[in-house]
Amino acid sequence: MNSGFVWMLIGVSLVTLIPRVLPMVLFSRINMPEWLLAFLRYVPIAVMTALLAQAVLTEDEEWIPLQDNLNLLALVPTLLAAVLTRSLLVTVLTGIGAMLILEWLW
Amino acid sequence: MNKAVGEKAGEKLTFWGGVRDCIPTLFGYWSIGFAAGVVGATEGLSVLEVGLMSIFLYAGSAQFIVAAMLSSGSTIASIIVTVFFVNLRHLLLSAAVAPYFCQYTAKKNFLLGAQLTDETFGVAISRLSLQAEGRDRWMLGLNITAQVNWVVATLVGAWFGLWLPDPEQFGLQFALPAMFAGLVVQSLMQRKQLRTDLAVAGCTIVYFVLVFVWFPSHVAVILAAIAAAITGMVVERRR
Repeated sequence: MNSGFVWMLIGVSLVTLIPRVLPMVLFSRINMPEWLLAFLRYVPIAVMTALLAQAVLTEDEEWIPLQDNLNLLALVPTLLAAVLTRSLLVTVLTGIGAMLILEWLW
Repeated sequence: MNKAVGEKAGEKLTFWGGVRDCIPTLFGYWSIGFAAGVVGATEGLSVLEVGLMSIFLYAGSAQFIVAAMLSSGSTIASIIVTVFFVNLRHLLLSAAVAPYFCQYTAKKNFLLGAQLTDETFGVAISRLSLQAEGRDRWMLGLNITAQVNWVVATLVGAWFGLWLPDPEQFGLQFALPAMFAGLVVQSLMQRKQLRTDLAVAGCTIVYFVLVFVWFPSHVAVILAAIAAAITGMVVERRR
């Protein structure tokens, strides 16, 4: 374990801890402005979608050419499994299985 | 019966009551934790590093992101900024449970808030009431049960991941995208505003593609997410 990992861990732990404890510590009702609450409500979906786009469309800071992009093909049964089962475990297993079959076919 | 917990004036909640109320969520912790451990190990983290993340960071999606960004060679600063934005939602959760804990000391609330997750929030908000006594003990029982199970599940996953010689061979490089896909679908389906959420998700992809033309992908993730969340906010307020 190198020192880079330790500093990274300290950093990510602190920026996670602060939003977790701040509203509870500063008593109850902090009246955050409504626009900020509305913004915060969309942050999780936006961040997760952006990460999905990064993971599916790019590799090592390059676009994966669309005609070679197995991720997009594997994503179809994965999304289907997610919608039908709503189980993260089944979704991940379906994705891995789909990728396994695609790699074997290609 | 379940709904009535804490409704009766003066009812005493206990530490062990919190432990018991955590049980329905445990399968979720085990499956996601196991997957997070496997992904961490296959992206090059040691079992110790996975365990430390589960203890100090203790956030499922963020642990996937850290593993992915570390293996793609992202800078420490960009990992921290990304995790900050991913975990900013805890502000909302913490603010929502704060009224149930306003009579306790700041120190106690710090400790109780430090272990707040999406799942424990879900349990707490449905079980707590302002009349019940011992909400602090109950929350502590819930929190500790959840995190102990999370740490164990990720360690088992990381250990299991070490025995997979070439993860690519088993389609495991797709575990991370699949997890993100599952999390996107789950948050889309939990909230009852599918049209706006789908529009925000669609905007996110478009913004990501546009920003990635000029910026590294981890910067594109942050800028696209901020722009898309602003879009959602504006659309919602125009209604």
